[in-house]
Amino acid sequence: MKAKRRPLSPFMIGPYYKPQLTSLMSIAHRASGVFLSLVAAPLLLWWIIAVSSGPEAYRALSGFFSGWFGRLLLAASLLGLFYHLFNGIRHLVWDTGRALEIRDAYRAGFLVLAATALATVGMLGVLLWA
Amino acid sequence: MTNPLARARGHGSAKSGVHHWIAQRATAVFLLFLLGWMGYAMFMLAAADHAAAQAFIARPFNAALLILLLIMLFYHAMLGLQVVIEDYVHRPAMELTLHLLTRAGAWLGMALGIVNVLKIALGA
Repeated sequence: MKAKRRPLSPFMIGPYYKPQLTSLMSIAHRASGVFLSLVAAPLLLWWIIAVSSGPEAYRALSGFFSGWFGRLLLAASLLGLFYHLFNGIRHLVWDTGRALEIRDAYRAGFLVLAATALATVGMLGVLLWA
Repeated sequence: MTNPLARARGHGSAKSGVHHWIAQRATAVFLLFLLGWMGYAMFMLAAADHAAAQAFIARPFNAALLILLLIMLFYHAMLGLQVVIEDYVHRPAMELTLHLLTRAGAWLGMALGIVNVLKIALGA
């Protein structure tokens, strides 16, 4: 007997699925977490090791972060950090059983995006201006 | 007669999932506070030279918070990466390898960070 080709639940990425803020922010939470683990955490380690190694190593680090690639990594790390931090608070609130209504989930989502943009621009301004 | 709980422990869903779930969130709450302090540290050290950064980390309170941050951060990252690997990597050999690499990397990062903070704090 030939198996009937039943419709599968649509894969989230592709033409059959309308992306929502909630699902996109969910995958972005994971992506930012992976990025922070693999890129930002090693940068923090490098900073600590440079300070402990001496002025020469610290100069190399300062030089890296004044170049375009260093600034790009710094900006991406701050963006990822603030997003993961604010969205993490959103998740912690959900874990208490609150704000689970769709309207609240969207409101908190937009709040997270606004706070992320503000904090990233603010901190980047402080670091690059200094 | 044994307690039914004794038969359930270690089987099915009665393994270490709850501990993982709680640890992920407990480290997250600690990190909220520690990263707040880190933001203040970055603000203070934005234009710092080596001597200023060294002096800042060498203060016992700052050194203690930085060590706590390293512990919570790498532990939280390890738990998070573990779930991502469990969800997306389905070849057993590859999955095991990535789990081991994640754990090795997290513990190594934690140890390296702590040793270097102590070195700065103790002025070695």
